[in-house]
Parts: sequence; structure tokens; C-alpha cells
Amino acid sequence: MLIISNVEKTFNKGTINEKKALNGVSLELKDGDFVTVIGGNGAGKSTMLNMIAGVYPIDKGKIILNGENISQWPEHKRAKFLGRVFQDPMMGTAANMEIQENMALAYRRGLKRGLKWAITKEEKARYRESLKELGLGLEDRMTSKVGLLSGGQRQALTLLMASLRKPDLLLLDEHTAALDPKTAAKVLELTEKIIAEQNLTALMITHNMKDAIRLGNRLIMMHEGRIIYDVSGEEKKNLEVHQLLEKFEQVSGEEFANDRMMLGN
Amino acid sequence: MEIVKLFNALPGACAQGLIWGIMAIGVYITYKILDLADLTVDGTMCTGGAVCIMMMLNGHSVGVALLCAFIAGMLAGLATGILHTTMKIPAILAGILTQLGLYSINLRIMDNKANQAISVDKYDLLVSLRYIKGVPFYKNTIVIVAIVILVVIAILYWFFGTELGCAVRSTGCNEKMACAQGINTNFCKILGLMISNGIVALASGLYAQYQGFADVNAGRGAIVIGLAAVIIGEVVFGKIAQNFGFKLLSVALGAIIYYLVLQVVLWMGLNSNDLKLLSAIVVAIFLAIPAVLESWKTKRAYTEGGTR
Repeated sequence: MLIISNVEKTFNKGTINEKKALNGVSLELKDGDFVTVIGGNGAGKSTMLNMIAGVYPIDKGKIILNGENISQWPEHKRAKFLGRVFQDPMMGTAANMEIQENMALAYRRGLKRGLKWAITKEEKARYRESLKELGLGLEDRMTSKVGLLSGGQRQALTLLMASLRKPDLLLLDEHTAALDPKTAAKVLELTEKIIAEQNLTALMITHNMKDAIRLGNRLIMMHEGRIIYDVSGEEKKNLEVHQLLEKFEQVSGEEFANDRMMLGN
Repeated sequence: MEIVKLFNALPGACAQGLIWGIMAIGVYITYKILDLADLTVDGTMCTGGAVCIMMMLNGHSVGVALLCAFIAGMLAGLATGILHTTMKIPAILAGILTQLGLYSINLRIMDNKANQAISVDKYDLLVSLRYIKGVPFYKNTIVIVAIVILVVIAILYWFFGTELGCAVRSTGCNEKMACAQGINTNFCKILGLMISNGIVALASGLYAQYQGFADVNAGRGAIVIGLAAVIIGEVVFGKIAQNFGFKLLSVALGAIIYYLVLQVVLWMGLNSNDLKLLSAIVVAIFLAIPAVLESWKTKRAYTEGGTR
């Protein structure tokens, strides 16, 4: 469903800050694939997700989603296919707007927005049901401004919003990294549940190797703008953290230089 | 300092405040909803009047003239919007560029004159400083402008409750999020700027009729008056006005307060040449109040040991 072929991206070309963020990335996802992405700082993980979402244009290569070449599409047009959750919990929701207004915005992702009223009665009932499933008590605060919620609540809401209208591809960019361990675990649990229930195709960046091994059916490791390791099925299930580290050293020829990443909890 | 003089001046101040209240609602859309400081309005606040007066002098009805003023304002907003979005010029600079360009355009609209008068006796004006006292209720300028404000607020309340209106609001609140929800944020910014400047031009059309002339300098410092109204409205009514409609109403009331205060200081003997300085100081003070109050409170709340 998603084919990335030989994508390259260099930031600040021709300056002293030149940085080759993607150096010929190729990746093919099948429907229902849940892929975890790991790699050190500056490996190109976020850049890859941003390229798919269309945040900046690519220098070379092709991105094909559902048979359509979206390489040159603007970000807002690609949003039709994509559900996105960012690392920063403040980024995925509009703070000055009500919870239900945020959900109504997400529910119309990819649809034409006209002069009809922004939220219908039936929708409100629907939103209440989905909020109830989060178990955070948000169903009773639907007219509260999102800015009043905690980071964890906002991230859970963003996740819910990303799946309100079923996305063809869910992009999760270290979406639990900014949360405390307990909240992170809860949001991760919710992620698993939503992906399983709706049978979503997903790309999830994580810095927790255990999560990367435990979750999903496929794991890719990135280094210096390339995918250096791609494993799925039984082989992935039986992986252990130390094997991943060894693999990294073997393929990249250096030590895994990311203290955030070492073992995870 | 005769108190009667002050009282005689109050209805006029009220009417002016109401007209500037419409203008301030336009400023509210860009400053508060889109989170942009749009300086185009200094130009649009003249354009609307110029278009309105020239149309009427050429025999068009006041309704058509005001509609054309509104459209002219929207075009000015479109220009700023395109400069800001597709040409990626920072919003403030984009507004200044349009504003500067509008100065020449405004002169052209007014037949290359700096000033175009219209006589209230010969033309059927909607509002005028002559219609403040001694006219039937339905012709009273204060009543008419108040009705216009309520209609503008009602339309905006409806619009910002629609799918499209919500898209514009989310663009101002969190552009990245809006984009991720498939909203064309550039389009939303342009649309917001157009609506805002359209409303400002409408206010300008009314203001020119009220004064009996369109003037090329009518818009100088308009943004400051607009911001003053927005901020005064927020500081004074912020706690009670939670609903969007009431927020817009508080902006209009803020403009009236501003004009009443102005009237009082003039009555107390302020040289009218110093008015602009006073406006700037008032806005600076009201802008500073929330932040200064906050840090003062934080400082006061500090204790060394936890007990007082």
C-alpha cells in the first residue's frame, strides 16, 4: 500500500550546516503492517515520516500510497490518507478549541469543509462513546478547551482523533516519548488497541527497544539516512535487545550512540 | 470645564465608538482568531470610505455603496493574504506593503483628491453626525450602527461555527494540527484576512458617511484603535464574556469605552494634537496589564518557608 523508493533529502544544501537526512530510503508496506522504527539521533526516522506526510519536499525518489504517486502533493492534501500523532503532545490538538470541536475537525479529515454546522448531534453522541473508551473521563468534559488537559490526555485524544476517520496509514512519531512512564504505557496500550481493532497500517518510531520488539509485526532500524536492518515475522518476535545492539554494530560499524535508546524499561 | 459640554459630546462619542467597534471586530478576527497582526487595516479604513462616498456621489444607493466598500476591503485582504501565504512574506510586512500601496489606490479612488465631501442634505446617508439628536428613532445613527453591529456579530457567530469557520479557527490556533487534519491553512489565512478587511472597510464606509467626507488619512493609526478596543474589551469583560458572540460584543463595547475616555480627556483640556500619543499609551498600558499583573501575583505568592 505504501511504496517509498530511493528517497533522498538534504537539508541546508550548500551551506556549512548541510545535512543529508535521507540517503536513498526504500521501503514497502503491506496492508495491515505495523512497523516499529528505531535508530539513533539523526538517523532520519522523523524525516522519513515527515516526508511521507509531506512536511517538506523531497529531493529525489518516489512515494506511492495506494497506487498514487503523492511525492509532490502538499501536506494538507496527503492528510486525507494519514493519521498523525506527534512527539509533542501540544502539537496534535488545538488548545483554544473544545474537545468536541477538535474531534469534529479530525472527523472531517480529507473531506470538503463547507458552511454546514461544524458538529452534528449524532456526532456528539459518537464522540462521547469513543471518549468513554479512553477511560479518562473526557466524555463529561466535551465542551472543555483542550488546553486544560494534561499532556497524556491530549496525546490520547490526538490518537483517538487520528483514527476517528480510518487512516490508510497511521504515523506515530515517538508519540509517547514526552510522557511520564505510566502515562506512556497507557497511551501505548491504547495505540495497540486502536491499531488492532481497526486493523490499521502503522509506522511507529520509538526509542524503546523492548517496545519496538514487542509491538507490531515488523521492525526496521535506520542509520545515517538509510534503513540498515529490516526484520519481520518469527525472526522479529524472537529478537532480544542485545541482538539488536549487536546487529547495529555489525551493520553500521559503530557503537549504538544513543543513551536514550539503550535498554528501555 | 462645563459638565454640560461633556454630556453633549457623549452621544457623538458613542456613535463613533460603535462605528470603530465594527472595525475592531474586523481586527479581532486577524489578531485573536488568526493570531496575525494585520496592518492592512490602516489602508482599508480609508478605502472603504473612499469607495462608499465616490459610489454615492456617482448616484448609487447607500446599500450598493457599502457592499462595494466591503468587497474592496476583501480585495485588500486578498492582496495581503497572497503576499503572506504564497509569497511567504511575514504577516506584518505583508500588511504594511498592502497598506502603503493602498494609499495611492485610495487617492485614485477619490479622483486624485485627498478629501471628498458628501452632503447630508443632498444624499440619503445611512448614518451621520447630524442624525444623533432630533431625528426619529429609526433614523438615529446610534440605533442603526448598533443594529449593524448585532448583524455582523450574528453572521460571524454563525460562520465561525461552521466547518469552514472551524477550519479557520484551528489554523490560527495550531497551524500544524490544522494541516494534519487536511485543512488548507493558506486558504484559511487568506479567507480570514479577507473577511477581516471587508468588515473594516464596511466600518470605514459608515465612518466616512458619519463625518460627511472620505479622507486619505482616515486610516492612520486605525490598527491601534482597533487593538485598543479588542484589548480593553478583553480586560474589562474577559471574565464574563466566554461565549464567542459575547466576546465580539465586548470588542464593540471596548471601542465605545475608548471613545468615551477620549471624550473625557478632551473635555479635560487635552490638546487634540496629542490624541495619537494618548492612543498609543493607552494601548501599551492595556497590553501590558495582564503580563505585569501576572508576574506581580507570582512574586507576591512566593514564600520562603511555605508558611506566612
